[in-house]
Amino acid sequence: MSKIVKYVIADLLRSRAIMVYALVLLVLSISVFSIEDNADKGVVSLLNIILFVVPLVSIIFSTVYLYNSAEFIELLVSQPLKRRTIWMSIFTGLAGAVALAFLIGVGVPILLYAFTPSGIILLLSGMMLSLIFVSIAMWAAVRIRDKAKGIGLSILLWLYFALLFDALVLFILFQFSDYPIENGMVAVAMLNPIDISRILILLQVDISAMMGYTGAIFRNFFGTGWGMTITVLVLMAWTAVPVWFSLRFFKQKDL
Amino acid sequence: MITIQNISKRFGKLQVLDNVSLTLNGGQCVALIGPNGSGKTTLIKSILGMVMPQSGALLFKGNPVGQQWEYRRDIGYMPQIGRYPENMTIGQVLDMMKDIRKVPEAALDRDLFDVFELDKMLDKRMGTLSGGTRQKVSACLAFMFKPEVLILDEPTAGLDPVSTELLKDKILAEKNNNRLIIITSHVLSDLDDLATEVIYMQEGRPLFHKPLEVLKEETGTDRLAKAIARIMAKQGMKKGVTTV
Repeated sequence: MSKIVKYVIADLLRSRAIMVYALVLLVLSISVFSIEDNADKGVVSLLNIILFVVPLVSIIFSTVYLYNSAEFIELLVSQPLKRRTIWMSIFTGLAGAVALAFLIGVGVPILLYAFTPSGIILLLSGMMLSLIFVSIAMWAAVRIRDKAKGIGLSILLWLYFALLFDALVLFILFQFSDYPIENGMVAVAMLNPIDISRILILLQVDISAMMGYTGAIFRNFFGTGWGMTITVLVLMAWTAVPVWFSLRFFKQKDL
Repeated sequence: MITIQNISKRFGKLQVLDNVSLTLNGGQCVALIGPNGSGKTTLIKSILGMVMPQSGALLFKGNPVGQQWEYRRDIGYMPQIGRYPENMTIGQVLDMMKDIRKVPEAALDRDLFDVFELDKMLDKRMGTLSGGTRQKVSACLAFMFKPEVLILDEPTAGLDPVSTELLKDKILAEKNNNRLIIITSHVLSDLDDLATEVIYMQEGRPLFHKPLEVLKEETGTDRLAKAIARIMAKQGMKKGVTTV
């Protein structure tokens, strides 16, 4: 398996897009931290950019890469290799490259300017989001044969997780504002990895005080070891489930 | 060496393979011919496990293939349109394949690599290559690991006449090495010197599977092209009768 991972990563690094991504993140983070004098403020400003950019780049870049390497995959499938090995190697290579770019682009500035609990949580959840959205891209790309439709689907998925989901949640929140739904909101937040990351980081920087009663509920849940364990497990499930479904489909796919 | 039992495959509404059963033995050079869209490439891809048939079984050396993958070690495949990662150079593609197949350098068959003079182009990126050069790389890869079965899908399409002859010589040499060679081609004159058996596919099923000699005798011709023309004409007549 490591062999194919090696070739996937070599191929990715040659495409330069991943380098540009790392560089853009690096410039963004350094400039944000240079403007804000307080590290926590810097983390919050960066948070909003990262929660927007990282899922978008991870999902679109991976989808485009998967369609562009259709020939490569076809070539590998005709060789004495297990389909599982091929697919998981591609996932590992993609996830590794995207996460590495994030680590360089955001990790280095955080190490320099904001080596605080909130900064570290931001780094970890950004890495997790990279993996999750690569995983979702694998699923979208394997299900849809047509390149344009596949990229369209991944843009829609990103739009859903980044914007539509929050709008839906707000809508539900207002509709049921007379009922005690605060505990339910924790469960609803688990349905969107971007929201989980946002809550995790905001709780670290004491902005949760501004979130009212719901903020207190979140603090109660995410502040405990038990709540943290569940959150980490949910994020891992968000990584594993889409790629597992995509693998199941890939094993039966006609190339 | 390869036994195909009642394989059927449909893509949506289109029945591409319709209950195909064939037995292919070593030492033969099987010409797989038929009109466009008659299921030749799908049949080949089913043998390679690239297409999953809906029903039927495939035996390789007597063992059912199923979801196995090890049997592909013994197959060299030259695709109809060789497509490779654009950013890789010829040298890197060759190295990658050697790496995947784990065949020691000394055991490699470098004949085609030498006659096609690929050593001068090792640093060229796959994306910049012409169709013919890409075919040469494909051919080289198919033969390199001395597989027992060679599957060549339109091997001469896009090759210049000199390279075509070089490739044909190589195929003949391998045929005498007791390998099973499956070739599809629309250039029937190329197949004349190579084929020992002919499978004619039509609408997803093999119309016949006969030794070339028998086919020539039956149709009373000395060239494969003529024999096929006869048969197609007969088919056309039959169809004409049924529609009238």
